[in-house]
Amino acid sequence: MVTTEDVKKLAALSRITIDDGELGAFTSEFDAIVAYVGQLEALDVPADLATKKPSLRNVMREDGEPYAPGAFTEKVAAQFSAREGDALAVKQIITHE
Amino acid sequence: MSKKPNELTIIEAARALRAGELTVRALWDACVAAAEAKNPALFAYLEIFPADEAAIAEAQKRIDEEGERAPLLCGIPLAIKDNILIEGKIASAASRMLENYTATYDATVISKLKEAGALFVGRTNMDEFAMGSSTEHSAFGATKNPHDTKRVPGGSSGGSAAAVAAHLCIAALGTDTGGSIRQPAALCGLVGMKPTYGAVSRSGAIAMGSSLDQIGPLAKTAQDAQILFDAIRGKDPLDSTTIPDGLYPAHEVPKTLRIGVPRHLLGESLTAEVRAAFDTTLEKLSAAGHALLDVELPTSGHALAAYYVIMPAEVSTNLARLDGIRYGRFAEGDTLLDDYLHSRTEGFGPETRRRILLGTFVLSSGYIDAYYRKADAARGVLRDEYAKAFEKVDVIAFPTTLAPAFTFGEKSDPISMYLEDIFTVTANLTGMPALSVPMGTAARGGKELPLGIHFTAPHQAEAVLFAAARAVLPA
Repeated sequence: MVTTEDVKKLAALSRITIDDGELGAFTSEFDAIVAYVGQLEALDVPADLATKKPSLRNVMREDGEPYAPGAFTEKVAAQFSAREGDALAVKQIITHE
Repeated sequence: MSKKPNELTIIEAARALRAGELTVRALWDACVAAAEAKNPALFAYLEIFPADEAAIAEAQKRIDEEGERAPLLCGIPLAIKDNILIEGKIASAASRMLENYTATYDATVISKLKEAGALFVGRTNMDEFAMGSSTEHSAFGATKNPHDTKRVPGGSSGGSAAAVAAHLCIAALGTDTGGSIRQPAALCGLVGMKPTYGAVSRSGAIAMGSSLDQIGPLAKTAQDAQILFDAIRGKDPLDSTTIPDGLYPAHEVPKTLRIGVPRHLLGESLTAEVRAAFDTTLEKLSAAGHALLDVELPTSGHALAAYYVIMPAEVSTNLARLDGIRYGRFAEGDTLLDDYLHSRTEGFGPETRRRILLGTFVLSSGYIDAYYRKADAARGVLRDEYAKAFEKVDVIAFPTTLAPAFTFGEKSDPISMYLEDIFTVTANLTGMPALSVPMGTAARGGKELPLGIHFTAPHQAEAVLFAAARAVLPA
């Protein structure tokens, strides 16, 4: 059973706010979905399959072939919420007080 | 010519352009005029683009100079789902979060279509971040089904499907994470195809579930869908999940198909008309010399549950990048954390928030084994079951959906909406190519609503899949 407290916790972890007004409906819908996917518990999967490496894995490559410096700067910077020159401006995180 | 230019297929339009019966400009104007006339009622497009005069002139010049050697898509007006990036155009994924986001580069599929000389009519409506089966989750309003405007077009690529079905373009691109091309194709009477995982580059597609997403065509015929697929497919250095030709065993296209039918999946939840249309279509295929064989896919009943663990897990991860700081909606708070919270809460609609939370839940410590790892194991079992079935059949057939298009608001509780994808999600979990082809209609309230038959083929056997589509829907 998923509670409103669980949903609030998950929301905080997800960096999202769920208003008190929608919390009740949201929790009951969420609970129904969790119950639905819970049917997987009844599924027997071969032990070797349950522990084997997933067939899809992240593929990495070496860094290289960079774009010319500045090629996308203006386009990318134009999307910033706040900018100082070509830099992205954000709120101070660490204070010196 | 009895059809209007915008009603032509890709093949018909390409022939008319080469024969000089039609100019690129006239074809563009016909599509845009239809789009502007009908979009207020259908809301297939979020934005209709101004004419790109240079591209129109270049396409005409190429057809005049190269004739038959010009690509078939040269001068063909297409619609593009709003989660595929076109440089300089807004790509919002139908979300308030990206309402004002302008793409800084072309998706690889867009570069390929531009090289082929294709034109873009506009960006089409969808469920927010491709999460939904009706377009009702679009932040900007729902698209209507051209066959009955009281009903949904399906989703999430519902805008692309409605645009093609109403002849507001010649063909379109969509994306498919759990059925988002095939289900709207079925509900709008089109051919819609999800390629093999890795067949088409996702560079420049706004990610939803990265182990599931593929870009694919929505078209009026199987031939058109194949032309579009051939134009966008191929390995891409910008997407390391793309695969080379010949990665999987080759499958020749047989003269007659061995069609596997998992009869145990066709339970009581199928509506009578869908069942009747499916049986009639199979009888016709059998009469044409194709063989029908029973296949068993016992884990299919768990596919939707596995999908609703894996997909939200990937959604919560992919959408974590959207915090309002570097791009997208920014809602300022007192602290940096408040900036994130406000931007994400204002930016995401209810279904998106629901899936982000669900993903956070199934990945959290204490639940990851019970949900995520179990779902991943189920995915492996499904893949093995399909591989075994494909030892004796060329394709596997079932209906695309349980019922024809539903009315707005009819599926307001999330699980009833999720069940729309019960047949389509498995192909995303296994990575196999699949498509939906029209198979008759069901009457509702005096309207004839399209139905679709769904085929799955082994990995990289798209040619076999298109052969099955042509068997149902001859040119």
